[in-house]
Amino acid sequence: MIYGMPEEEYIAPGHGACAGCPLPIITRIITKASGEDTIIVNATSCLEVVTSPYPHTSWKLPWVHTAFENSAAVASGIEAAVKKSGKKTNILVFAGDGGTFDIGLQALSGMLERGHRICFVCFDNEAYMNTGVQRSGATPLHAWTTTTPLGKKERKKPVAEIIASHHIPYVASANPAYHKDLYDKVKKALSFDGPSFIHVYSPCVPGWKYESRKTIHICRLAVETGAWMLYEIENGFVKINRTPEKRIPVEEYLKTQKRFSHLSKKDIEDIENDIEDSWQRMKNLEKAKARI
Amino acid sequence: MKHNKGAVITEPGNSAEKPTGGWRDKRPVVNTGLCNMCGKCWMFCPDNAIKKEPKSGKFYIDYNYCKGCGICAEECPFSAIKMEDETK
Repeated sequence: MIYGMPEEEYIAPGHGACAGCPLPIITRIITKASGEDTIIVNATSCLEVVTSPYPHTSWKLPWVHTAFENSAAVASGIEAAVKKSGKKTNILVFAGDGGTFDIGLQALSGMLERGHRICFVCFDNEAYMNTGVQRSGATPLHAWTTTTPLGKKERKKPVAEIIASHHIPYVASANPAYHKDLYDKVKKALSFDGPSFIHVYSPCVPGWKYESRKTIHICRLAVETGAWMLYEIENGFVKINRTPEKRIPVEEYLKTQKRFSHLSKKDIEDIENDIEDSWQRMKNLEKAKARI
Repeated sequence: MKHNKGAVITEPGNSAEKPTGGWRDKRPVVNTGLCNMCGKCWMFCPDNAIKKEPKSGKFYIDYNYCKGCGICAEECPFSAIKMEDETK
């Protein structure tokens, strides 16, 4: 055991993820938590492409590729079959932000409503990276993408709240720099007899335009500046897991990535206000002790 | 090459047959004297290229798979890993 995690690996090297891509780091941690008795349903995404160039696979677990829109539906069918056979196999869905926030949302909503025991994991790199950095519902305010050359004018879609509104047992956000937190959240998600959702922050070297060695540094800065919040929503109750004692100005985070290099002072203020607004909202929800 | 029906791959983890060390332009070099065996490099390696020496507990690099991203050198709390130019 290292950091309380098994040394056993369920994803093999030789995959085609870009140097410094956090996707394999995140999947290593998640599969260590879910263990050997796991089936993975992988929506079309960077992760799917880099781990399965036929006739090779990086997966050491049963793994099935689905289209963008039907990962939750395929997983639902697998879960029904597993349940019928009386097994307790863990079923994970891995999808990107496109496959979760936008294209996969309808099937995901159905999966949540039907109450399947599936942990749906969203790897959020805040744009359609696999097809060439197009904006998604997850792209944050003012971020550059190839389809928002002057920066995105809209805010990020609050997908975790949409999911929590289905009244499922467990929703959490996580970040690979806080590796043990991510590991524990997967363990916890799988302990519930129902659907769970984990929203994982996942920087993209070519899409966000930064040096590959900075991946974990940026992950940490995102939390310390408040740009990425770590929280859980257990049975509808919000709990913020980490509140930075003194939030570092978001500018420190923005200047690590060239996707934000065009920002004006006003844009940075907008982003700071957007972050403050999200924090206030979550703090109020936590304080209210009322179920989402 | 014979392709199976339905694109089924029956050999788990066979991507390990394809080394990715050739991607590298900088190589991480571990100073074992400074290594404190904390395992941060292992934790944050995207390519399973950090291995633990069973006897000493120290970590070393598997250059067959290391793509040279530099996360290990950046994250090592003891500055025990340095990136060196691959051309040298």
